[in-house]
Amino acid sequence: MSTATRSLPRTIGAHAILLTYTAIALFPVILVIMNSFKSRAGIFGAPLTPPTPGTFDLIGYTTVIGQGDFIHYFQNSLVVTVASLFFVLLFGAMAAFALSEYRFRGNTLMGLYLALGIMIPIRLGTVAILQLMVASGLVNTLTALILVYTAQGLPLAVFILSEFMKQVSDDLKNAGRIDGLSEYTIFFRLVLPLVRPSMATVAVFTMIPIWNDLWFPLILAPSEETKTVTLGAQLFLGQFVTNWNAILAALSLAIMPVLILYVIFSRQLIRGITSGAVK
Amino acid sequence: MGSLNIENVKKAFGPVEVLKGINLEVTDGEFVVFVGPSGCGKSTLLRVIAGLEDSTSGRVVIDGDDVSATPPAKRGIAMVFQTYALYPHLTVKNNMGLGLKQAGTPAAEIDRRIGIASSMLSLEPYLERRPAELSGGQRQRVAIGRAVVREPKLFLFDEPLSNLDAALRVNTRLEIAQLHRRLKATMIYVTHDQVEAMTLADKIVVLNAGRIEQIGGPMELYNSPANEFVAGFIGSPKMNFVDGARLGETAKTIGVRPEHLTVDPKSGAWKGTVVHAEHLGADTNLYLDCEKAGLITVRIFGVYDAEPGATLYATPDPAKTYRFGADGKVLK
Repeated sequence: MSTATRSLPRTIGAHAILLTYTAIALFPVILVIMNSFKSRAGIFGAPLTPPTPGTFDLIGYTTVIGQGDFIHYFQNSLVVTVASLFFVLLFGAMAAFALSEYRFRGNTLMGLYLALGIMIPIRLGTVAILQLMVASGLVNTLTALILVYTAQGLPLAVFILSEFMKQVSDDLKNAGRIDGLSEYTIFFRLVLPLVRPSMATVAVFTMIPIWNDLWFPLILAPSEETKTVTLGAQLFLGQFVTNWNAILAALSLAIMPVLILYVIFSRQLIRGITSGAVK
Repeated sequence: MGSLNIENVKKAFGPVEVLKGINLEVTDGEFVVFVGPSGCGKSTLLRVIAGLEDSTSGRVVIDGDDVSATPPAKRGIAMVFQTYALYPHLTVKNNMGLGLKQAGTPAAEIDRRIGIASSMLSLEPYLERRPAELSGGQRQRVAIGRAVVREPKLFLFDEPLSNLDAALRVNTRLEIAQLHRRLKATMIYVTHDQVEAMTLADKIVVLNAGRIEQIGGPMELYNSPANEFVAGFIGSPKMNFVDGARLGETAKTIGVRPEHLTVDPKSGAWKGTVVHAEHLGADTNLYLDCEKAGLITVRIFGVYDAEPGATLYATPDPAKTYRFGADGKVLK
């Protein structure tokens, strides 16, 4: 490296900024995890210190696990997130393929129409959605949540994926056509593997808001059967008494699955980036 | 088996007409090259033949059957693409076999044909590799192999050498020429490189702005171009065009190839100064700024010493001078 691009003050400055940002970003998460291992007195007495032998307490976790339903809430969250993610990626990719691959009248308009949802928050339609779900008898089912989240995730998915699909070589698709592959085979076997990195991006952007959402579970599926983790954690949040141990423990646990999914997808992301660079 | 007839094919993308009525006849076993500048419609024409684009009007007839409405896989064609277009998730062997497998050919027959094609293209050591593990030249050979195993009526090549470096391009060109001689198959080859066209073709089709300018053998196009466009496109360096009026000629434009000019330091038809000299060893290209003819190129075989600024006289060979009318057509 030449001295023009590497000087000590500059390196220190850059790292100081990055470290400060990392600290700010991680602080709340670490605070939550730290305090989830402390007794109630420990949390209120010294919220910023890590658990000591004196304040270490697993009461939060035992409460959460003791409330047998919590495993069930986790299951609900997982089912909703994974199913929505699956449908968003499947339909989003299919729509993106059609928009980028076929010339038809109104192609651009259709693309704009499908991307409109990025600009209009789905929550504006909550009342209508609720009426729709009541009318179709889907209130208090996970299906309702999956449908809403699929709708919520599709615009961004179509928008991002159609940009990436345009970059897939036409020659490759045409080679498939000459070899007699059907359009579905071309889509699933040739195109999808090549846009996998962008699918991972979409998956990450879609998954986190769904997992963390409180709004729709509260409105569409508040029953004991269909509660998600974020809604379940509200259980410990009372009007007069709040069980902070349990809430912090529940939140710490809720981070885990989303973290695991993120790690899986981000590896895809990195692999995609490097394979593109070396090609 | 392997004739092709194109009857009045037109293709428009919205209001833009890319092919303006193409008629062409290709007989069995011919090597036909479509050549033209970018945007002339040569690739579109190939795609129409392949069935990857529908023509707006006109018919494509392969071996006597009108295939205008037949999907690409059923036309009995095979195509080699500029970007190789190998299936990244399949091994070389499966890349070559996929088309046959889709058509329901028995596995033993597929293996037999892959064996023949891979020995022909010396691909045997790579059969179990994936495309990512091959070099550019190897990938293009696999792509050619994939076309060979299908035993098509018609081979279509879409600028297959454009992505290869200069040395590989010459080798692969040779391989394609040998392949054609061995298979005696009908091949249609699209390129913008007139050297490829001249070296490979039995018959060259020169296209410009969606129209066929001339069809003929390489030497026919070189020796008797039908018009100014073909004369300028075939041959390298490009033919010199001089305004007829400046030379006191009746023709609109006078054309003379750089290799049909001789230079002399003392006397000659056109007096000029040397602007630049390119020494290539086997020949020397001189750029002369002439009083009467303007800037012209002269190609001299062998080494010729000329410094920029020197005065030289260029003389065209009268037997090899072309005269073009106002419409660009050659005057007999």
